[in-house]
Amino acid sequence: MNNILEVKDFSLAFAMYDGVFHRRMLNVITNLNITVGEGEMVAVAGSSGSGKSLLAHGIMGILPQNAVTGGSVLWRGQPMTPKLLKKIRGRALAFVPQSVTYLDPLIRVGRQITRDKGKLGELISRYHLKPEVARLYPHELSGGMTRRIMICAALAGSPELVVADEPTPGLSRHLAEHAMKHFREMADAGAGVLLVTHDIELAIRFADRIAVFYGGTTVETADAADFVNGDGRYPNGRDGGDGAGVGQVTGDSQDAGGDGAGAGSEPDGTGRRQGDGVGLRHPYSKALWAAMPQNGFVPTPGVQPYAGDLPAGCLYAPRCPMRTQACDVAPEPRPLRGGVVSCHHAV
Amino acid sequence: MGKLKSWGIRGGVSLGKLKSWGIYIGRGVALLFAVSALSFALASASPINPETRYRLSHPGVSQENVTKMREYWGIDEPPVGRYLGWLGGLVRGEWGMSTTYRRPVLDVIGERFSASFALMATAWVLSGLTGFAMGCVMAAARDRWPDRILRRICLFLCSVPTFWIGLVLLAVFSANLGWFPFGLAVPPGVRAESVTLAQRIHHLALPALTLSCLSFANLALHVREKLVDVYQSDYVLYARARGECGAQILFGHGIRNALVPAIIMQFGSVSELFGGSVFAESVFSYPGLGSALAKAGMDASDIPLFLGIVMISAVFIFAGNLTANILTQVIDPRTKGVG
Repeated sequence: MNNILEVKDFSLAFAMYDGVFHRRMLNVITNLNITVGEGEMVAVAGSSGSGKSLLAHGIMGILPQNAVTGGSVLWRGQPMTPKLLKKIRGRALAFVPQSVTYLDPLIRVGRQITRDKGKLGELISRYHLKPEVARLYPHELSGGMTRRIMICAALAGSPELVVADEPTPGLSRHLAEHAMKHFREMADAGAGVLLVTHDIELAIRFADRIAVFYGGTTVETADAADFVNGDGRYPNGRDGGDGAGVGQVTGDSQDAGGDGAGAGSEPDGTGRRQGDGVGLRHPYSKALWAAMPQNGFVPTPGVQPYAGDLPAGCLYAPRCPMRTQACDVAPEPRPLRGGVVSCHHAV
Repeated sequence: MGKLKSWGIRGGVSLGKLKSWGIYIGRGVALLFAVSALSFALASASPINPETRYRLSHPGVSQENVTKMREYWGIDEPPVGRYLGWLGGLVRGEWGMSTTYRRPVLDVIGERFSASFALMATAWVLSGLTGFAMGCVMAAARDRWPDRILRRICLFLCSVPTFWIGLVLLAVFSANLGWFPFGLAVPPGVRAESVTLAQRIHHLALPALTLSCLSFANLALHVREKLVDVYQSDYVLYARARGECGAQILFGHGIRNALVPAIIMQFGSVSELFGGSVFAESVFSYPGLGSALAKAGMDASDIPLFLGIVMISAVFIFAGNLTANILTQVIDPRTKGVG
């Protein structure tokens, strides 16, 4: 599989002014790594305020003036220069924004999708919108219509990569699933989809891979299937022999979602198989999994660190039950059981 | 879809459109009625009436003449009767006689109006174009030196009174440089038929410039503010993410969105234009409605002319605001059907 987008050691900071002369940098994203391949749907999942949207804006080159980025973004192996970005934006690289405020309030939505009449009609009927919708103004759209309009606008340029920024908030469960199906279809048709979301459940159901985002960095990248069998507790009793690791949820049988979904290779609503996961790697991913209603709704004490006040060393250490002396040094991302994790203790 | 059609740029008269027009006309009539009643009441409450004024200027007037005069002006009639009589005259087109000019009020207004209209229209177009353009320049260069300088100039112009600007322009361009005449609409001592257009424009320039200073700075600041907002909006961000270039964003999104407040302000400023013309025309002795109004109200107590000009101004101010309303609805679909 060819990688369309590769983000390596990406960092993002804002220049802030304390008083008149004292300039300091506010680090919002640090050491972020993510790749999106052809036909692949990758979700960046994390809680609000973790800087996810800024990642999407950073890739699209629409960050505010005072933003400073580091690391590298590669487009099909080429460095993403401003010139290249200018060439592919709106064509090979499409953006699906968050809300209706991203549409110009004074222009009919049809013209905002595309000026090509034939293409417009085709897109509109493909997403089950009535032809009259093209003549409406943004304020006349419902939430679900807005979402579909934006997807149409992204597809008008026949994109190779779609970056979708929080496409589901404000939608009913049904409409949110619909929107996700549309993205899944794009990926199945061969495009790469990078989905920024805080809805971990939808991400698990529809994405191929999930990058768990915490405090401005990806702590773990895992196959979506890993989440299905994710072990909410810490693998104390694990025997370490995780090589093949088929559905090893240890001896404790009170795992809520484990056996049911894990053993079965039933196709779900998306027509894809949900795999036999081997559980998650990073303690935060596990905590996230355990916090999901169907997995016990277990809260983890503490809050995500504020961007201006990140702890030295591992960002999750202050909340982590596995924390040791080693965690004073920030963990490097390392491959583990088919995923990537930034944790000294993950096994 | 019916909602879409009312005020639509596509033609066709719908029921909604007729209803809106009905509401507008009703409002206009109610406004004119209220203005007429209020200004009549104020004029009646004035301690100066035709009799007292005549007595002041002719100390030895006979009792017989005073009686005749009271009868002629209807001073002993109850005010409501006088008001209704005047209102009836307004509707029939008999606006009374001007005591200063000894001619029918409508004739005086007609003559003065053409001079004032040229002045106000020039000032209005000038302030609209320069104000909008300057707002765009300030927004494009925001927080850099052209913006800082222009913004200070605008704030300064907003803060000083019109007549003062008029006096400064007179002092600089007429007195010191001698580029423009000191006043009047035509050169003195020239027959009306032989006045050239160039001479009229020459006389019009300074008063029009003075009057345009009234609203253009305000407009420029508002346009700047709106454009800065637009440039920080999500939809401009999205336009950039879709590969639109600077010019596409400015013409496709910026100007269109900034036009709405600009139109509301510029058409709404018609009232200020009438108010400002009183000062500007007085400073430049320009023979327009404004100076006639000042004269009728202040030293001559020419009540028929005074009330006539008030009514004409009210009609124009109403028309200006109505135009703003309608144009806004044409440009901004969100305001459709909002009275």
